This record gives sequence, structure tokens and C-alpha cells, in this order.
Amino acid sequence: MDLMLRGIADGVVDSARRSMMDDPGPLGRFGRFGGRYVPEALIPACEALEEGFRDAWADATFRATLQQTLELYAGRPTPVTPALRLSAELGVTVLLKREDLAHTGSHKINNVLGQALLARRMGKRHLLAETGAGQHGVATATAAALFGMRATVFMGERDMERQELNVFRMRLLGAEVVPVTSGSRTLKDACSEALRAWVTEVADAHYCIGSVMGPHPYPWMVREFQRVVGEEARAQCAGLLPAAQPDVVVACVGGGSNAAGTFAGFVDTTARLVGVEAAGGAAITDGAPGVLHGFQSQVLQDEAGQVREAHSISAGLDYPGIGPEHAHLADIGRAEYVTATDEEVLAAVERLARAEGILPALESSHALAWVLRAAGTPALPTGSTVLVTLSGRGDKDAEQLAARR
Amino acid sequence: MTVVATGVDRLEAHLRGRRDAGRALLVPYVTAGISADWTRYVEACAEAGADAVEIGLPFSDPMLDGPTIQEASHRALERGVTPQSLLAELAGLAVQVPLVVMTYANIVLRDGAPAFAERLSAAGVSGLIVPDLPLDELDDVAAPFEAAGVAMILLAAPATRPDRLRRIAERSRGFIYGVTVMGTTGERDSLAASAAGVAERVRAATDRPVLLGFGISRPDHAVQAAAHADGVVVASALMRRVLDGAAPAEVGADVAALRDALDRR
Ligand SMILES: Cc1ncc(COP(=O)(O)O)c(C=O)c1O
Repeated sequence: MDLMLRGIADGVVDSARRSMMDDPGPLGRFGRFGGRYVPEALIPACEALEEGFRDAWADATFRATLQQTLELYAGRPTPVTPALRLSAELGVTVLLKREDLAHTGSHKINNVLGQALLARRMGKRHLLAETGAGQHGVATATAAALFGMRATVFMGERDMERQELNVFRMRLLGAEVVPVTSGSRTLKDACSEALRAWVTEVADAHYCIGSVMGPHPYPWMVREFQRVVGEEARAQCAGLLPAAQPDVVVACVGGGSNAAGTFAGFVDTTARLVGVEAAGGAAITDGAPGVLHGFQSQVLQDEAGQVREAHSISAGLDYPGIGPEHAHLADIGRAEYVTATDEEVLAAVERLARAEGILPALESSHALAWVLRAAGTPALPTGSTVLVTLSGRGDKDAEQLAARR
Repeated sequence: MTVVATGVDRLEAHLRGRRDAGRALLVPYVTAGISADWTRYVEACAEAGADAVEIGLPFSDPMLDGPTIQEASHRALERGVTPQSLLAELAGLAVQVPLVVMTYANIVLRDGAPAFAERLSAAGVSGLIVPDLPLDELDDVAAPFEAAGVAMILLAAPATRPDRLRRIAERSRGFIYGVTVMGTTGERDSLAASAAGVAERVRAATDRPVLLGFGISRPDHAVQAAAHADGVVVASALMRRVLDGAAPAEVGADVAALRDALDRR
């Protein structure tokens, strides 16, 4: 194609893509997904939150306060690190967006600082949260301590066993950790329990959801609070790569917040977007349309509509659903969703640790595992460039890793 | 002239008729599949003076249910039941009062609303309550139920604002379910203080029957609630008894005690 024609074609693509990952409107719809499937008791709170967020997000003072908190407290911007030895081994240029270096050790802090500031602005003094790996719980406990708020974190009993260190951290930070003993005793049950608690305490409490899920406006709001990951990375890539942007952008997907924040920075480029789910919790690959925890999306379920339990070595990806915007991006083909197995993930942890001196979280290692698998194949040809969001650090997983060796 | 109500209006006509005759409405709840003989609990409720029976189709993640109904649902699912198998059992039942199904949106939408509406209709069900399908999400879903003659019963909560409450009262079929408390289902020691307000506000918005539910656990709660509403739904208190081993006749006796208290009020 001649240069001018290609320029025009790119222009068309860009304008179509720019409208992606935008405001989902008053009904919170991303194509056929999203919405607000909550009991009447929660409708006024969801409406007030949407209004509060719209107002705050349009307020330069609020945004400046959040930006300043992210910089002075949470350590943003996080760097993009070229993984030099790994790149040489793989024959592809691997860049790592280092959310593991953010305060509390993962991207979760970006969203939590946004929501805590918003809750404070709306006059709420109590944060409720669900947590899987404990990273979101730790981030919520941290924000509560920072802003002088109360935090109650719901955590599946099984996850409490798997992530003992984070349970201790949360309690040390002054949060109350409530064990959830129903169902599979993991993240999905913690979400249900947090929603139940919110119904009861909705007047005083803000439900600080940890990912791009839940009823409108959460999937949109959390994506906006995580957008900083993608926007920083895009500017950083422009400084590091001759082509200014990577060929492929990859992130792990539990609910999908680190991926959504990352993708938001690249959705209007020609970069391929790849989300990596846990093989035992792959809502896009193995799910069907459904409604869970207040939103419509792809959900792991049986033929009768009972939600299936996800099974993954990483507690943070043990979720049977996926954020509605990801289900939509998959629908329209703008992003692809693949899976990584526990074994691939364990190998990826060790590979990065040895090659780069970085110990990644089990969750983040799903994204790495895909890179290791795809490098040199048509999915990620030799000589191409890939940005991997390293959503968190692996210290919390040390005990589990030790047990698997 | 007597008009015999058909289709989607059957349930409301039935409840209205009884209410207008001065009766306080009593709707006991049974978790479908809680035991192998669960339909006998439904029959016992009907025989003990229920005006309708609410049938809970168990869902794996019941967001608005407290520990008792969670446990009841879990127990049912552990037995390997499905909505289809439970509705098939219900279809074979000869009870003299309307049956209303309560379940969650994912169960309703699994094979699409039209298919689910047909299944309810075939099982003789005349009403449906879906707590996580609020007004705003109803538009794409409601028509097949209307067509199949299944009344879509909407809920109103203590936090529901007046303008929304009016729209709920307009859209709801059969009756309006007033949720007594900002909370989940579950037994309580007393009727929630917010119950009366909800009932009064819904009643001010509509002439349709208004039933109160959530936490109504004893005959005196039912009597108190009936002072503000047209009737009550009693769920967790009965399911607690079943979970603790009460036989159908014993649960029937509980329902009879509720009936008696309401009649003598
Ligand atoms: C380090 C890390 N990465 C990723 C996730 C998954 O969440 P999300 O898909 O919302 O980014 C978690 C969740 O706990 C996490 O702790």
C-alpha cells in the first residue's frame, strides 16, 4: 500500500479506536455487557457514586490531589524497564511496566487511592473491600490508614491460608479482615459477602471494588483510575522504542483492572492487545454470557447457570468472571484473550527472577508466561516488541513458591 | 359482572380478591430442592393457609441472601438439582394457591428470558421475583414473561426514592415486594424499624397488593407488618426450621400459627 493511503487507513482506524474505552453512558454498557444488576437497596448508592465520580473526575482539584498522592505517596510514575537479558534469550524486545514498584507492591494502589479520595469527598468514612490475593485488601487498608478511615476487608478462608502474609499486613495496617466461609471460600464469595455488607452499611460505607467489575459505575471508574498505567507506559515506550509503540501489549486478567488500565493507553494505537487469564479461570475462553456480582459479562458457569469455581495457583486470578469491557473488547476483536497454566506460570516466575532479578507476582507471571510461549511464533515474531504489565511483586507468593519447588 | 383474570393478571387478581375480602396475605417461602421431599413443604404451606407460595430456585451466589437461605441453597445444589429438574417437580404438584418463583438474574438469563418464561409457565408458576434485576435492566427482559402470563414482581427498598418507587409500582405485576430492611434475608428478633415506612410509601404509590418481606420471623412480626401492608413473606425462619430437621407437617404448623395470628389480628 502506498504511504498516503496507509496514512488515511490508519487515520480511520485511529478515530474508530479512540471512541473505545470511553464513557459507557448512564447505563454503563460496553456493547452487550456491563449494566447495573443490583438489588433496589443499592441503586441509590450506585447512582450517587456515579454522580460523585463524574463530578470528581471533571474537577481539576480532585485530579491534581490524586495525581499528587500517586506521585508523592505511591511512587508514580513507575518505570518501564527493558528486560535486556530476557529479550536477548527470546529474540523479542520485552519491556516491563513496573507496577511491582508501586507502593504496597501492585497496581491495586492506583485504584484504591482514587476510590478512597472519592469516598472521602462523598463524606464516607468506612471502606469495604473484597480481596483475593490480598493485594487489593492491603492497598485498601493502606489508603484507609493514610486518610484516617476504617477498612473492612472480606477474604475467602482458603485465600487467607494461601496469602497469610497479606492477612497479617492488613491487620497490621489497622484493617478488620473478615473470613468468608461460604461457597468456594475464595474471591467470588468474598465479593458476594462484600456486596451483602454494603447493602447493610450503605449509608456510611463505600464499597471499594478491587477490579473493573461490579455494577456501573465501577468497571468504568476503576478503569479510569488505572488508566495512569497505560498512559505512563505509552509515553515511556515512545522514549524507548524506535517505533515509539510496542507491537504487542500484554497483561494478566483476573477481573481485569491492570489490563484495562494498560489497554486504555494503547487502544487507539495499532498495538495488539493481549489479556492472559488463568487456564483454570478463563471467563472469555470457557465462559458464557451471564450476570454475577452486579454486571453482565462472560462467566464460568454450568448449563443450568450455576457459577463454577475458578482454579488457579494465583489467588488474584481465581475469579469466574471478567470485567465487562474486556468481554466487549473480545467481542469486537480489539483485544484477544488467552490462557496460561499453573506450570507455565511457575516457570515464568523463575525465568524472570533469574534473568532480570525481578520476582513477579504469580498473577503477573501469567502475562510473562504468554510471552515466553509466544516468542518466536507468529503470535510474537522474532524481532517484535512487547510491553508486559508487571502488575505486582512476588514476595507475597514466596511461601507458596517454596511449597511447589 | 365477574371478570375472570387470565395470563399475567391472574396473580394480582387472586391476591386482590383475598385482600379486598379483608384477609392479610401470607406467602411462605420454600427453597426448591432443599430436601428430596421439598415439594411436601410446599404442599404443607398451601394447606396451612398460604395465599401463595414462593419457591426459591437455588443459585450458587445469592447476593441478597443471608446465611440461612445461603445454606438452604447450598444444600439444594449439593443434591444436584437444576432449575429445570425443580420446575419439572413443581409442574406435577397440585396445590390450590399460586406459585411464585424467586431466583437470580443469571438463572433467568442462562438460556434467554423467553425460554425461562416458557418453563415457568409450563410449571404452572404465575409470578417471578429477581432481586438483582432492577427496574433499569428490565426492558430487555420483561416482555416474554408478560406474554407467558408470569407476573414480574418488583422490589422496593427502604432507600428507594419516591419517583423511582412510583415507577416500580407501575411496572410491577402481581404485587409489590417491600423489603423491610437495608440488608439481606435472614431471621431477626424484631421487625425492622424501616418496615412501616416502606409499606406506607409503596401503598401511597399504588393500589396493587403490597407484601413485606425480609426478617419476618414470628407471628407477632407478621401481625405488626400486616398493620402497614397487605401481607407478608416469611422465608428464612421457615428454612431455618427445615435445615434443623423439621418435617413438612411441623413447618405446616408454623405456617398455620402465622395464619392464625394474622386472622385474629
Ligand atoms: C499482582 C496482581 N495482579 C493482578 C491481579 C488481578 O487483578 P486485575 O485483573 O484486576 O488486575 C491481582 C489481584 O489480586 C494482583 O494482586
